[in-house]
Amino acid sequence: MENGKTKIETKNLDFYYGTTHALKNINMVCPEKKVTAIIGPSGCGKTTFIRTLNRMSDVVPGAKLSGDIFLDGESIISPQVDVVDLRRRVGMVFQKPNPFSKSIFNNIAYGLRINGLKDRQQIAEIVEQSLRHAALWDEVKDRLDENAFTLSGGQQQRLCIARALAVEPEVILFDEPCSAIDPIATAKIENLIHKLKEDYTVVIVTHNMQQAARVSDLTAFMMLGELIEFDTTTKIFTNPSNKLTEDYITGKFG
Amino acid sequence: MERVFDEELTVLNKTLLKMAALVEESIALSVRGLKERNEEFIRQVLEKEKTINDLDIEIDQVSLRLIALKQPMARDLRLIVSAMKMGGELERIGDLAVNIAERTMELLKVPLLKPLIDIPRMASLAQGMVRDSLRAFINQDAALARNVCERDQEVDQLNDQVFRELLTYTIADPTTIPRAVELILVGRHLERIADHATNISEDVIYIVEGRTIKHHFEEKDFGKKKD
Amino acid sequence: MKKRVIQFIGFLILRGCLYFVMAVLFLFLYDIIHKGGGAISLEFLTQAPRRGMTQGGIFPAIIGTFLVTMVTAICAIPLGMFAAIYLNEYARQSRITRVIRLSIRNLSGVPSIVYGLFGVILFVNILKFGTSILSAGLTLGLLTLPWTITASEEALKTVPNSYREGSLALGATKWQAIRTNVLPYAIPGMLTGAILGLARAAGETAPIMFTGAAFYLPFLPKSLTDQFMALPYHLYILATQHHEISLVRPLAYGTALVLIVFVLGMNMIATIIRYRLRKKKRG
Repeated sequence: MENGKTKIETKNLDFYYGTTHALKNINMVCPEKKVTAIIGPSGCGKTTFIRTLNRMSDVVPGAKLSGDIFLDGESIISPQVDVVDLRRRVGMVFQKPNPFSKSIFNNIAYGLRINGLKDRQQIAEIVEQSLRHAALWDEVKDRLDENAFTLSGGQQQRLCIARALAVEPEVILFDEPCSAIDPIATAKIENLIHKLKEDYTVVIVTHNMQQAARVSDLTAFMMLGELIEFDTTTKIFTNPSNKLTEDYITGKFG
Repeated sequence: MERVFDEELTVLNKTLLKMAALVEESIALSVRGLKERNEEFIRQVLEKEKTINDLDIEIDQVSLRLIALKQPMARDLRLIVSAMKMGGELERIGDLAVNIAERTMELLKVPLLKPLIDIPRMASLAQGMVRDSLRAFINQDAALARNVCERDQEVDQLNDQVFRELLTYTIADPTTIPRAVELILVGRHLERIADHATNISEDVIYIVEGRTIKHHFEEKDFGKKKD
Repeated sequence: MKKRVIQFIGFLILRGCLYFVMAVLFLFLYDIIHKGGGAISLEFLTQAPRRGMTQGGIFPAIIGTFLVTMVTAICAIPLGMFAAIYLNEYARQSRITRVIRLSIRNLSGVPSIVYGLFGVILFVNILKFGTSILSAGLTLGLLTLPWTITASEEALKTVPNSYREGSLALGATKWQAIRTNVLPYAIPGMLTGAILGLARAAGETAPIMFTGAAFYLPFLPKSLTDQFMALPYHLYILATQHHEISLVRPLAYGTALVLIVFVLGMNMIATIIRYRLRKKKRG
């Protein structure tokens, strides 16, 4: 499948927490500057999987990972890897919008400050840029000092996206970003993802198949911790190779 | 709000119009070739056929993809479904233009039977209908589309006329039968082209108004009678 | 109709309980203010006691209580906060941590006299601090520690986990995440809990009885290793051990009043701090 350069690749990835074998032998490739979607019924491991890509999976008690994950060809699992820097390069937007209880400005400046940026001018510029990138600037430019919780759900989620963009990641992981948001706001975010792929590699987990169909270039179907099928979105939704995939897509289960 | 989907619909539209332009050219060329007894035009029609067929397949694939991936609703859905059907109609019209060209190839080998008057008239009407049905599509003009449907009658009448006239020739002189048959077939092809143009117009009305007037369905619609 | 009657009676009972409690409180305060108010005077508050406590004031006791509370604060608050941070943020949740938590909760139920005894053994004798402000303060610190740890942990728990995750996902180290995005929201709760604990400690008699409180010291303590007078102890002596109880009764009430005002004052400070910090947190 010629899709350009590989950004993320997993090889024989297995993940356990405690005695649960959550991911079984996952081999997947996420090409650069494309949107890869991961779909599957509840509990299939898609959220667990996406969290391994920035090693947020480490915080799960009893987490154990075997196999390998590569970012730009380099392993992110080896002990020498600086997890903190990895998480800057691979940003994450969570299911429920989680703005910090700070002003809109400080929410976005937060990532910059903890990464050592002190220059006020620069911070202000990057904050504006990130908000523009996240298609939120026009709506909040006059109220940057207000607490982030005064924004609507959809706006909060875009704020979280802007916050992730501010630290200049290379990859953005979306973990069911629209499940807590109304349809119009969802449409705005889907439009945004479409624009984002010009500059970033996007991986999105969604339980909404139609969203995966609308938004992604490649789709992976997972079930019970295994990767069942992985192909271009067009192929998966018009003519999947695996019967399980077809059954899921046509709504026979899940 | 701008939708990414709108871009894709525009691409579909453009492909459809590209196909329509090629088809219109084919009709024009085939009829000119017949009138002016020029083999060059015929050749060009045959060349265009593959491109027209490829575009038909492309429209099918793009439409299928849009339906599978974008969950179109309402007018978007009608547009895409109708685009697939119109692609089919245009492809048939393209084939008919080729058929006319093939008939013309045969006719060029033999002397002219009679000056062609009605057939070029039919051709002009049919071309006009195809052009107007596509214009109705571009402008989402249901009134124009209905107008096209009404003109079909005239083409049918002309076709009957051509048939009867050529029949008298064949009764008078049986040696004219081969040429007459070819010409009758050309007339028939043109009449079919007009029918397909009518179908395209019906599809346009479906897109714009959301109701179908195919097969005189309108008669049953709200008890409206067609006179 | 019957439902309404039952509801009415129910509310009546509930209201009655409230009024009863308020009445008791009121009577209690009234009693103290009435009997102790007379004893309050500038002299009472600023002078040392004279003539075997029958005259003079309780200034040394006020200072003593204040100093001891300070030592308690320095001991219990930082220790409690950091212990809570470790327990809640860093320690792996296992059976051991559960046992530790249970033990801490249980420690807050240990009678204060036991703390007093422990304090004598550890601080006075073994560590050789002697009977002093230091010993008493540290003993009270131990008493307050379960309280501050618990209150701090509760405060940390109220900070949503999504803040921690959100910070980590932006490339923060664990300590950065805690320092910049958890602690600022937990501190109001932590401080409030701490001050409430201190207020309690300030009023304890048993732990300070053997570890440093003295009945009669006409001069102020000069260092932490000195003995001191304290309000609760002073009250205890005046009310029960004095050779002329009825004579000094007004003074006892006066002391009680001052102690209550002291404790109430600390509670007020806690509330104000929490209110202020909450407001600031909005930005």
